[in-house]
Amino acid sequence: MKICEIQKLLNATLLCGEEALEHDVFSACCSDMMSDVLAYVKDQGVLITGLINPQVIRTASMMDMVCVVFVRSKAPTEEMIELAEACGIVLMKSDMRAYEACGHLYTSGLRGNAGKIHG
Amino acid sequence: MGEVLKFHFDVDGENFSSAGEASVVVKKKLRQLGFSPDIMRRVSIAMYEGEINMVIHADGGTADVTVDDNEITIVLKDRGPGIPDVSLAMQEGYSTACDNIRSLGFGAGMGLPNMKKYTDFMQIDSEVGVGTTVTMKIKLN
Ligand SMILES: Nc1ncnc2c1ncn2[C@@H]1O[C@H](COP(=O)(O)OP(=O)(O)OP(=O)(O)O)[C@@H](O)[C@H]1O
Ligand SMILES: [Mg+2]
Repeated sequence: MKICEIQKLLNATLLCGEEALEHDVFSACCSDMMSDVLAYVKDQGVLITGLINPQVIRTASMMDMVCVVFVRSKAPTEEMIELAEACGIVLMKSDMRAYEACGHLYTSGLRGNAGKIHG
Repeated sequence: MGEVLKFHFDVDGENFSSAGEASVVVKKKLRQLGFSPDIMRRVSIAMYEGEINMVIHADGGTADVTVDDNEITIVLKDRGPGIPDVSLAMQEGYSTACDNIRSLGFGAGMGLPNMKKYTDFMQIDSEVGVGTTVTMKIKLN
């Protein structure tokens, strides 16, 4: 799925990273716990979260993720946007709840690709 | 390469917002040096988890990264409270983090096991009241 399709499906406002909107992503994950993102994410390119602090961007960058979607109308700070620009990460925000946003993306073909989580 | 590269960072324990800055710099350096995405990712996740630990559990400290022909070594040293039971701390899900830290997105007790998973060698030297030194190595080739 192209990143611009995510923006459309979630009716999201783009905050930075316009140049990457045509890039393809293949799977996503949703969490407010960066500990779990660091421990469980494999190749998911998109992070859906309601957490706001700079560690969200650094975590995404460490995991080579390319797009972060902030849900529940949460807006990242200017510092976070600058950090994302420096890391080449697309940021957008949506009014949807996390569950709803994930449902839209999942049914449109963006899967979780989680593999096995336990053990 | 032949030569040995060394990077040194002071990790500010007062500032949660800036935690992880050293790991971001190291990842960028490794990219410039032409390391594979796999090596870059393993080094940066392990170092980032360790850096966050130094900020949320100790009062910050220092991070030293050495790159030679055979391996990348990360040494994280703090003068925090120390870890009373290292094998307990290494268990998945064990955390002493308070709700305040959880609300920042950390404190699931996954960091130390994750650091072990992503590195080829990990050693924790810790003394209560003195501090903790975590040494990790990632083999090249
Ligand atoms: N540098 C340190 N100084 C003192 N205690 C530490 C240090 N690093 C880890 N610990 C102790 O070990 C426990 C487990 O650490 P670990 O990184 O696995 O989990 P966490 O930091 O609590 O949560 P997470 O890493 O999932 O965000 C911590 O809760 C803390 O009690
Ligand atoms: Mg930790």
